[in-house]
Amino acid sequence: MSNEADHHLGFWRKYVFSTDHKVIGIQYTITSLVFLLFGFSLLMLMRWQLAYPGREIPILGKFLSESIAPGGVMLPEFYNSLGAMHGTIMVFLGVVPLGVGGFGNYFMPLQIGAPDMAFPKLNMLSYWVYAVGGLIMMTGFFVPGGAANSGWTAYPPLADIATLGQTVWLIGMVFLITSSLFGSVNFIVTIVHLRARGLTMFRLPFFVWAQFVTAFLLLLAMPPLEAAGILQLLDRVAGTSFFMPEGLVISGVHQVGAGGGSPILWQHLFWFLGHPEVYVLLLPAMGIVAEVIPANTRKPLFGYKSIVYSVLFLGFMSFIVWAHHMFLTGMGTTMSTFFATTTMIISLPSVVILTALALSLYKGAIRLTVPMLFALAFLPMLGIGGLTGLPLGLPASDIYLHDTYYVIGHFHYVVAPGIVFGLFAGIYHWYPKVTGRKMNETLGRIHFVLSFVFMNMVFMPMFFQGMAGVSRRLYDQTVYTHGSAVQDLTVLSSWGAWCLGLAQIPFILNFFLSIWKGKAVDANPWQATTLEWAAPSPPPHGNFVTQPVVHRGPYEYSVPDRSDDFFPQHALAES
Amino acid sequence: MSVRRLSWRTIVVLVGSVGSTWLSTSAFGQGAGADEAAVTIDGEYGYGLPPDVSVHGHEIDRLINVLHLFGFITLVGWTAFMGFCLVRYRQRPGRGATYKPRIKPVHIYFVVFIAVFELILDIGFSNPVLATAKQKLPTEKDRPIHVRVMAEQFAWNFRYAGPDGRFGRVGPQHVDQVMNPFGVDPDDPNGEDDIVSGELHAAVGRPVLCQLSSKDVIHSFSIPVMRVKQDVIPGMRIPMWFEAASPGTYEIACAQLCGNNHYTMKALLVIHDSEQAYEEWLASKAASELDDEEFDEDEFED
Repeated sequence: MSNEADHHLGFWRKYVFSTDHKVIGIQYTITSLVFLLFGFSLLMLMRWQLAYPGREIPILGKFLSESIAPGGVMLPEFYNSLGAMHGTIMVFLGVVPLGVGGFGNYFMPLQIGAPDMAFPKLNMLSYWVYAVGGLIMMTGFFVPGGAANSGWTAYPPLADIATLGQTVWLIGMVFLITSSLFGSVNFIVTIVHLRARGLTMFRLPFFVWAQFVTAFLLLLAMPPLEAAGILQLLDRVAGTSFFMPEGLVISGVHQVGAGGGSPILWQHLFWFLGHPEVYVLLLPAMGIVAEVIPANTRKPLFGYKSIVYSVLFLGFMSFIVWAHHMFLTGMGTTMSTFFATTTMIISLPSVVILTALALSLYKGAIRLTVPMLFALAFLPMLGIGGLTGLPLGLPASDIYLHDTYYVIGHFHYVVAPGIVFGLFAGIYHWYPKVTGRKMNETLGRIHFVLSFVFMNMVFMPMFFQGMAGVSRRLYDQTVYTHGSAVQDLTVLSSWGAWCLGLAQIPFILNFFLSIWKGKAVDANPWQATTLEWAAPSPPPHGNFVTQPVVHRGPYEYSVPDRSDDFFPQHALAES
Repeated sequence: MSVRRLSWRTIVVLVGSVGSTWLSTSAFGQGAGADEAAVTIDGEYGYGLPPDVSVHGHEIDRLINVLHLFGFITLVGWTAFMGFCLVRYRQRPGRGATYKPRIKPVHIYFVVFIAVFELILDIGFSNPVLATAKQKLPTEKDRPIHVRVMAEQFAWNFRYAGPDGRFGRVGPQHVDQVMNPFGVDPDDPNGEDDIVSGELHAAVGRPVLCQLSSKDVIHSFSIPVMRVKQDVIPGMRIPMWFEAASPGTYEIACAQLCGNNHYTMKALLVIHDSEQAYEEWLASKAASELDDEEFDEDEFED
């Protein structure tokens, strides 16, 4: 780990099979951004079929194989593949690897003043298992019958009897889950053992707390899904029937061999991961926002301790709310009431955190930098996502809204304008640390405004579609009268999605051009207080020139009777 | 104080006018898929909730409306606060931030208010509706119409007990895609007069008690105008009930992804205006089914 060793490493060991947390963080970031763009492109393709059902896809239609889109019109099976793969890619290959693998890997060790992760080789393994898992997922598109097409939730028996792509999906998932487990163990050990001297738990930046809780969620919630995935794999390839009940008649053929399993079991195992997974997506983004806001309001985060206790409580509660995804599976009212009540309870820590973040603006000196814009937009967007979760968390209103577009609108408000905005804030905020240069402000502002407008144009109509009763995952909603009545909303939403795609061009340009053309800045361009800004930009192998010692909490901005308006964690007190 | 009251009223008026605009423009979107529909579906459909033609649906609607009013007000208040801060506390030369400003504990009241509000919603609003939907199934005293619903890729089948009031035994080994979608045991005398239909018929004034089961994968039985929805799980028989308040023809949808043609899995719900009309339909259906059976037997004898 010494600096000399660094210079003797060859290209492959230094940039490809590196054990340096920063290189791995960049690998994760780039890979997941590519997957996010790819997953989003699948969606833009789907939106054509939704807006103009049965019409030939312009330009791209000619290049698609006859087996998935004859005459350029996509088949329902291709549509279902796109839907399932969009969900899987965005969640498991995009947002989680970006928030945890990318930001967590790069900045968590820097923020705790550590030279690297506790297990650098395990860290490298985690990335490569993820990359292999991603590649396996992609091969699904090339197997007979196309990629997995039973939804990202893969409910059996449908998934048990689906085409070969589902097997590929399951194998891919096993890799991705294994990668997450490697990562989470590493994060926990690193945060517990490698903090700089003086950095007590209650002096940790909130981002580190968020990563800490996230790692526990991954560690405890992922194994049940891994087990479930292997069981489903056995159902498909080894003739078991863990999830297949007796007496099935599929396409008119009585399944004599199958029996004894329960389709509901899969749902329990899946959602036992699925709900904590929501917080795995959310917490890193929330952590980023909690870093960006104090740096740009020039005052401490409001209610730091309440936020930390809330996030711990949130992490714990997220394990006992899973069945609110299953209110309609015929569970008893006692069960429903229990899970509805825990769902109401888990909303409270979220309210506390969002309120504290919003109150942090009060009496600040607010700088509207690009990361701050994204962080500010994160709050009301996540607010909409949270508030629309309420009608879904109460079993009575869920009867009507379950499995409609309302659900799609709800969780996309959480993930897309919410979490993805938080992650964008992180990219703009920490880009100078990674490259030594700032991203372009003007392009950043254009990217923000367009993304904000078009995100809402995509997702707001979905609430009205859902209210009108339109089921989700429909290849063509105009077969229903209540669906064709709101078809114009679908068209609006589709145009929003395509424009949102165009709105990412300034970001992509900015991201690459700023590597060479960006304004060169010093180690602490935002005049922030946390430890990552004590390291040079970009930090060398081993991170810090002199090992920092921490003297105070993470957000000491505008401390009275000081000339500077920020007081870094490692700075010695002026005597 | 008067200013505050005025702004409240403005908000309510604003919500009302936006809402009524949605309703009035509702006819605008119709047409895309209407050409193939030989049957007209009753009711006005638009951007808001579809018509409610059930006896109990208004309770769900009320809950949904309360939640959205609350959500809207919260969001407006929240955004207004943020907007105020962004304008008032922008960084200007010569004025810094306040290190830890003293704040009245409004945020604590807010969190407590949310907790109490959610508790009231859960216990006061949601639970009674849930109990009605799931536990207070109609008893024989309510003279429910008993229907067995069998879901399959990609159709809904409905079975009525027929004149004897008894359903025949079913078994997967008896299933024939066309002739016997339920797999009614041909040796069971109770099943001889069972009536199988591709449409769900019922009458105003009589609750409908459905027993849902699936042959193959998970489906979800959704009737938006009745405000009911229930997953249909293979290997389970799940009861679900509703009562129509007005006659008409409505749509039944599948709400759970069930395969390639999931989107085509729809059926019609026909609510007759009187019990008599319903009985007549049942009789005509029974007669046509009898014809079919005789025809089959002839064929077998040949």
